[in-house]
Amino acid sequence: MKHLVILGAGTAGTIMVNKLAPVLDSDEWQITIVDQHETHYYQPGLLFIPFGIYTKKDVIKPKRDFFPTGVEVVFSGIELIEPGKNQVQLSDGKVLPYDYLIIATGSRINPGETEGLQGDGWHRNIFDFYTIEGACGLAHFLKYWEGGRMVLNIVEMPIKCPVAPLEFVFLADWWFTEQGIRDKVEIEFVTPLPGAFTKPRASKLFGDFLDKKNIKLTPDFSTGSVDAENNKIISWDEREVPYDLLVTIPTNMGDELIARSGLGDELNFIPTDKHTLQSKAHENIFVIGDATDLPSSKAGSVAHFQADILFENLLSAMEGRPLRAKYDGHANCYIESGFGKGILIDFNYDTEPLPGKFPLPGIGPFSLLEETKMNHYGKMMFRWMYWNLLLKGSELPIESQMLMAGKRV
Amino acid sequence: MSQKEIAGQTIEFDDEGYMVDHTAWNREIAAVLAQEEGIETLTDRHFDVIEFMRKEVAEKGTAPSIRRLNKLNVVPTKELYQLFPGGPAKKAARIAGLKKPEGCI
Repeated sequence: MKHLVILGAGTAGTIMVNKLAPVLDSDEWQITIVDQHETHYYQPGLLFIPFGIYTKKDVIKPKRDFFPTGVEVVFSGIELIEPGKNQVQLSDGKVLPYDYLIIATGSRINPGETEGLQGDGWHRNIFDFYTIEGACGLAHFLKYWEGGRMVLNIVEMPIKCPVAPLEFVFLADWWFTEQGIRDKVEIEFVTPLPGAFTKPRASKLFGDFLDKKNIKLTPDFSTGSVDAENNKIISWDEREVPYDLLVTIPTNMGDELIARSGLGDELNFIPTDKHTLQSKAHENIFVIGDATDLPSSKAGSVAHFQADILFENLLSAMEGRPLRAKYDGHANCYIESGFGKGILIDFNYDTEPLPGKFPLPGIGPFSLLEETKMNHYGKMMFRWMYWNLLLKGSELPIESQMLMAGKRV
Repeated sequence: MSQKEIAGQTIEFDDEGYMVDHTAWNREIAAVLAQEEGIETLTDRHFDVIEFMRKEVAEKGTAPSIRRLNKLNVVPTKELYQLFPGGPAKKAARIAGLKKPEGCI
């Protein structure tokens, strides 16, 4: 019996197990998937919790609901990956040998990386919204807040879902307006990037939105430390931004397991071939989703597109064929812009977000790089698609390779 | 693409002002590029960073991140921002004759 082991049952790991289980011959292959947590979080939903649009129960389901039959499921921490021995050590000492390994251990926030961030202010007037605790804590805080300076800050790049911070301030502008206190709230968006976003056309569009919504943009600000006593963030080059409420996106890092196993870079992300998704160091290890060091977005849509490529390449590797499928960096993001509207962007390694119609060229129903009500419905519908189609590895009407059709250059 | 005459050599630059061929780099070129970035004099500390970055590119093909420079005790992040004010990763790479650091989103 040969062994395929998948580490991590988040978005990427769950899609992979659902794609592979039906096609790998169960007389030949034993598939094992390992995760330390039994609950699956719909991570795009965390953004809506601070504003009371979703509650905790809207974003969680048991992971067990999403595993195919015939797969060995292990709920356990992982102690070590040992590529030299082709085996994985679990926390309880049990050893899993593998012929092929898929690492899908994701990325998480690490507030401890920034001096002062996790001190007295943490979850008092400093919140993240990338964890369920942070998002729910912030919801509670906002319910009673009467206004002041709200600062959103991105500590350093890369981060999971790079558009989420923008969505947060757009939604905050809407929400404070609804509460009747927008005139009592100053909103400031503080980012290490030179503008609202990285790619030129999207950056310009989002910059204009920030302007229009009276949100101050402070670019080129790399956060060095937080002075929680005096409520200010301080950049490495000693500029200061005061806050009453700090909504922070702390440093994002791969799992500590990756560091323990000597497989990662300084942020515990795994050096991975940006096209084939094979680990650069080990031929029988593949990496998918947030765990990679690829210069693509860390996002569910990316994990989903990569899954098609990894599926093909893993089967090729198992059969001794060359790895022909190439991931192109494709990402697709629905961006909530407040007041029941949204913006959609679609891009890859080489093509920046462009205007046009999506997914049907010339028809839509979604509009690229443009604010529409339909884009907002797309985002809200997506939760159903995520639970019912995407995680189960079903085909969606979106190609894994980015298409130029429908885009205006 | 553009060309500039520096210290008797013709050096090629890409559209964003980064050297096309990092092997053509020398300290005189670095001094000229530093002045363009608003750094009057390059000190030994500047060259500690520059030489380390060049070594990593030669060995691994990619320039080290700010975080890596800090972790390997080449230069603490705070000092790096003092040495290359404004945008240390990009400025140091340009002065070191290397490609613009690959950003990600």
